[in-house]
Amino acid sequence: MGKNLYQKVWDDHLVGTLENRQCQVFMALHLIHEVTSPQAFGMLKDKGLKVAFPERTFATVDHIIPTDDQSRPFQDEMADRMISVLAESTQTHGIEFFQPNSGSQGIVHVVGPELGLTQPGMTICCGDSHTSTHGAFGCIALGIGTSQVRDVLASQTLAMDPLKVRRIEVQGTLGPGVTAKDVTLHIIRTLGVNGGVGFAYEYAGPVIDQMTMEERMTVCNMSIEGGARCGYINPDQTTFDYLKGRERVPQDAAFEAAVERWASYASDADASYDDIVIIDGGEIEPTVTWGVTPGQAINVRERVPDPSTVSGLDQELMSDALRYMQLEPGAPIAGTAIDVAFIGSCTNGRISDFQAVAQVIKGHRVADGVRAIAVPGSEKVDAEARALGLDQVFTEAGFEWRLPGCSMCLAMNPDKLVGDEVCASSSNRNFMGRQGSATGRTILMSPVMVAASAVSGCVADARVVFGLEQSS
Amino acid sequence: MSDLHQRSGRAVYVPGNDIDTDRIIPARFLKCVTFDELGPALFYDERFESEGASKGHVLDAPQHAGASVLISDVNFGCGSSREHAPQALQKFGFKVVIAESFAEIFHGNCTTLGIPCLKMAAEPRGMLADLVTQLPEAEMLIDLQTKTLIFANQSFNFDMLESSREAFLSGRFDPLDELLVAKSKIAEVAARLGNVSMSR
Repeated sequence: MGKNLYQKVWDDHLVGTLENRQCQVFMALHLIHEVTSPQAFGMLKDKGLKVAFPERTFATVDHIIPTDDQSRPFQDEMADRMISVLAESTQTHGIEFFQPNSGSQGIVHVVGPELGLTQPGMTICCGDSHTSTHGAFGCIALGIGTSQVRDVLASQTLAMDPLKVRRIEVQGTLGPGVTAKDVTLHIIRTLGVNGGVGFAYEYAGPVIDQMTMEERMTVCNMSIEGGARCGYINPDQTTFDYLKGRERVPQDAAFEAAVERWASYASDADASYDDIVIIDGGEIEPTVTWGVTPGQAINVRERVPDPSTVSGLDQELMSDALRYMQLEPGAPIAGTAIDVAFIGSCTNGRISDFQAVAQVIKGHRVADGVRAIAVPGSEKVDAEARALGLDQVFTEAGFEWRLPGCSMCLAMNPDKLVGDEVCASSSNRNFMGRQGSATGRTILMSPVMVAASAVSGCVADARVVFGLEQSS
Repeated sequence: MSDLHQRSGRAVYVPGNDIDTDRIIPARFLKCVTFDELGPALFYDERFESEGASKGHVLDAPQHAGASVLISDVNFGCGSSREHAPQALQKFGFKVVIAESFAEIFHGNCTTLGIPCLKMAAEPRGMLADLVTQLPEAEMLIDLQTKTLIFANQSFNFDMLESSREAFLSGRFDPLDELLVAKSKIAEVAARLGNVSMSR
């Protein structure tokens, strides 16, 4: 019996077994940012410890950084202090810090892959649940808490229990206008927001095989929204082609050797799994959320569910979600008025996301009364978009083109919903209050769906608005 | 040893499935460089109107003041990895959380902070929640060794992640000291893996 990628990478990084029978696992790469790491450096200091492998930790700022004016000091005093603390800590401990205006700053899960820090077969961790993104390269990539950030800084290892592995095969082909975001929302809708607890997800099948690396990152990014601590895709030629020539990837002969090693981590054909789920890609439609978890989703042609069709706690939760969202049971989700459109985040803030929208939005205009912002995931994405003239396309369509950061995904910076505004958002979480207002409402969808909704002033099917069905 | 495997305190039931860490502590309270001040921010937007008036949340009910055991439902602590969530629970005064299931990152964070996460199925949990609501002054006695708890003269079984239970029973729920022991083995793995060409 062969091994799957999870088992291979785990075995390769195993240091030993602890007294409580947890495993001690080495972390090949550690990424940090300003929100969950300053406290870890404090804990290290309290214990008189040093950073064990500073060359394996990289820092950036993303969560709190403003996207309009990044000149220092920021208006928000505490935000400015958090960046200062990170800058001091990284300097003290010899950790490379991708500062604003360094050309490499951005959302931590955009920066790692685009620099080539993220490489197949690695264990990767970061004090951020969307670290699962890096699994797109065939990594075990885990979100961790601050005390664990401390553990990794001090020892480069984590105490962990192994996960089970569920293979999710997405068969067939996607229809026109159906994107990686729809695939992941569909999977979460199907398996539930806690369906993945205890599992690593291995995404496979023809639909996944045909995806670009950026699409694969979108899928792996949302693994955590389905309860899976991590999700991964076996490395293949698409992976190697993406990595070739990137700044932090070995070059020339060393690259060829690396490819050979990377390829060896892919799951064996006869690998065993704890569970296998088959999804029909042909059935997936543009998907949007109606509630307050990413699993409360329907396809854009469906109607909002009716609580009277379920019972008990399910009924109560559905009613609560609909009350919060101010949606009528049984009403079509398409046509729900929106106030804000947000394109960005570690889920959908990469160059291909902006290219996909730019291709369709030319000649359209954001509806009156809708505030639309496009936030590139990194300085590199921003530079590339500008070089391609995408910022112009967005601006002409009525979007504001902003500076890189997490922005309205979690609204720790000044980009927030006001009151009970409704936001069509390309981000990953529609939790209550997520976008900065305790009564703000989020409807998750793909970037092209956000664009279609922005120009329509309400939730709309991108295939209809942009004529995508005819074009393919 | 008894203090390692026992916990006791009054309890409160906060109902709901998939209670995410954004609800446990909204993102704006993450603007801090220490965890010290997080207690009052616990469940803030569920407890208070935007202008600060109380919404009458169960956590603010006088009969539950000082409760140290929090009972909730399915998939508690999902979403963001923010350790601020268990830190806020701990600073508010909670020492134990009981739910049907927990999101993994949250569960790991709780364990490291010394907060046992007890798993209990829907039916007994429903009974326990009802009792706790009726008898807010009663003390719950929790035994991690036998995986039972006593409340109002009734005994309830719970489950726990075994590695977490063992960590509590030995008192070594914070793994750092033990992780540091394997220094030479860690160096060996690091050397074998190489792959630091990424560093400039």
